[in-house]
Amino acid sequence: MQRLREHSVIPGFGLTLGYTVSYLSLIVLIPLAALVAKGTGQPWAEFSAAVFDPRTLAAWRLTFGTAFVASLIDAVFGLIIAWTLVRYDFPGRRIVDALIDVPFALPTAVSGIALTAIYAQNGWIGRWLEPLGIHAVFSPLGIVIALMFIGLPFIVRSLQPSMEDLDPATEAAAALLGAPRMTALRRVILPALQPALVAGFVTAFARCLGEYGSVIFISGNMPMKTEIASLLIVTKLEQYDYAGASAIALLMLVSSFLLLFLVNFGQWWATRRQRERA
Amino acid sequence: MDTGKHFPHSEPKWLQRTLIAVSVAFVGVLILLPVIAVFTEALRKGFSFYLQSITDPLALSALRLTLFTAAITLVANLLFALAASWCIAKFNFPGKNLLLTLIDLPFAVSPVISGLIFILVFGARGWFGPLLGRAGIQIVFATPGIVIATIFVTFPFIARELIPLMQEQGTEEEEAATLLGAGAWQTFRRVTLPNIRWALVYGIVLANARAMGEFGAVSVVSGHIRGRTNTLPLHVEILYNEYNFAAAFAVASLLALLAVVTLAAKAALEWRIRVEQRQSVIAAGRV
Repeated sequence: MQRLREHSVIPGFGLTLGYTVSYLSLIVLIPLAALVAKGTGQPWAEFSAAVFDPRTLAAWRLTFGTAFVASLIDAVFGLIIAWTLVRYDFPGRRIVDALIDVPFALPTAVSGIALTAIYAQNGWIGRWLEPLGIHAVFSPLGIVIALMFIGLPFIVRSLQPSMEDLDPATEAAAALLGAPRMTALRRVILPALQPALVAGFVTAFARCLGEYGSVIFISGNMPMKTEIASLLIVTKLEQYDYAGASAIALLMLVSSFLLLFLVNFGQWWATRRQRERA
Repeated sequence: MDTGKHFPHSEPKWLQRTLIAVSVAFVGVLILLPVIAVFTEALRKGFSFYLQSITDPLALSALRLTLFTAAITLVANLLFALAASWCIAKFNFPGKNLLLTLIDLPFAVSPVISGLIFILVFGARGWFGPLLGRAGIQIVFATPGIVIATIFVTFPFIARELIPLMQEQGTEEEEAATLLGAGAWQTFRRVTLPNIRWALVYGIVLANARAMGEFGAVSVVSGHIRGRTNTLPLHVEILYNEYNFAAAFAVASLLALLAVVTLAAKAALEWRIRVEQRQSVIAAGRV
């Protein structure tokens, strides 16, 4: 132990590192290794049958499609919300700011049944959509709404710090050089916010891919139509098809790891580029 | 504005008002409305039905299991967070960044998968399942499985608050205490703990909300045995699927209340932490 670390007079290194690594292995590493082993430990034919059969393909399309649309809508409105929260003062600003965190704190099953109640045929919003021929509940639209709810805080909380870090002098320079405000917004401010916007979008997207509790009540879970990938894993588990469930889970896990790796790499790259410029 | 920065150039008033209206409407419809809906639906059949629903024996046993699970989860992850932040923040060793990445790993794992992995390890046909089965120990589809899955999904919460803070605070105070003859426990309790207490509480509050509210992971490992392996969120699902909507929303309102309390505590703690940071900056300036 003495040679592993740089010399220090503070006690407790061996004990705390040993405990950290053992606990991490027991709770996180061994179980995740079990998934990798189970997912990859089957013949390719079985793996591809589980991952690429028509029902699973439909679930992939739905999961990625709804997550993408929901994150995109959240990105647009999240940009507006973050901007108003950082730049403008208006009555109720603090309340709106606090409400952004609700999807983090509200258990997903609760938001799931609440959204279903609101958008159902006789619900507060559903009753206005129904005459227009829009069925929000038990349709992909319902899944998008649930994922919008889940994803919004990721976008807003990613944007707020970089909006606060903007330099007033840059905007003043743009105005002084005669750029109209809209041009300054588009050409000066938006590019500066782009890394945070992309990071927020990808984090929200990754989170939406695996979302379960808030979706399953509003989606109706019809195979080929409104069945998301997470639900398919649960269905396969209930049929004791552990290998099939692991195959789908492994593919989902790899996609979200890749996405989050991309976010971290992008942020590292953006800060490096900024430093080089300065 | 909280930043104290002044931006002389802004959008025209009409555009500001439009953007504010869009923001308030979007957050109001998408986020506030569901919260209001939970309480309205919960009281739809009157207050006595509401009371009856949340004091139903099955609801109470779900509440007990939820509290029990959260308590064990918090203690386990608190011990881990203290150990991890101590070795990471106070020492330099190779592989530290890898360790930091691995600690964050559970954040990237979706809820259903967080349950699935424990079935693969502890299930009847899992890695350790047969061994444990012969010893008469059941983990999956029983309370231990619920606890372990909850520990997994809240794994990084407290550590994530402590590690950056303790890294920022450095090692000088602990070194001084040790050189003055303080033991390990005394150094931790008298020097480190006072510096990190609010971040510690902050992490516990966030971890607790997730532990009590976790649905997907717990749903996969619980086995849904009423009165025995049902937590509050699972009880909500069962009532809802039985078309017992008012009762489902009544139980859900307890969880919504937990969310409201969590957010209030979070805001209060953030304020507290800011005040202390400002005070320590002032104190440092005086020296």
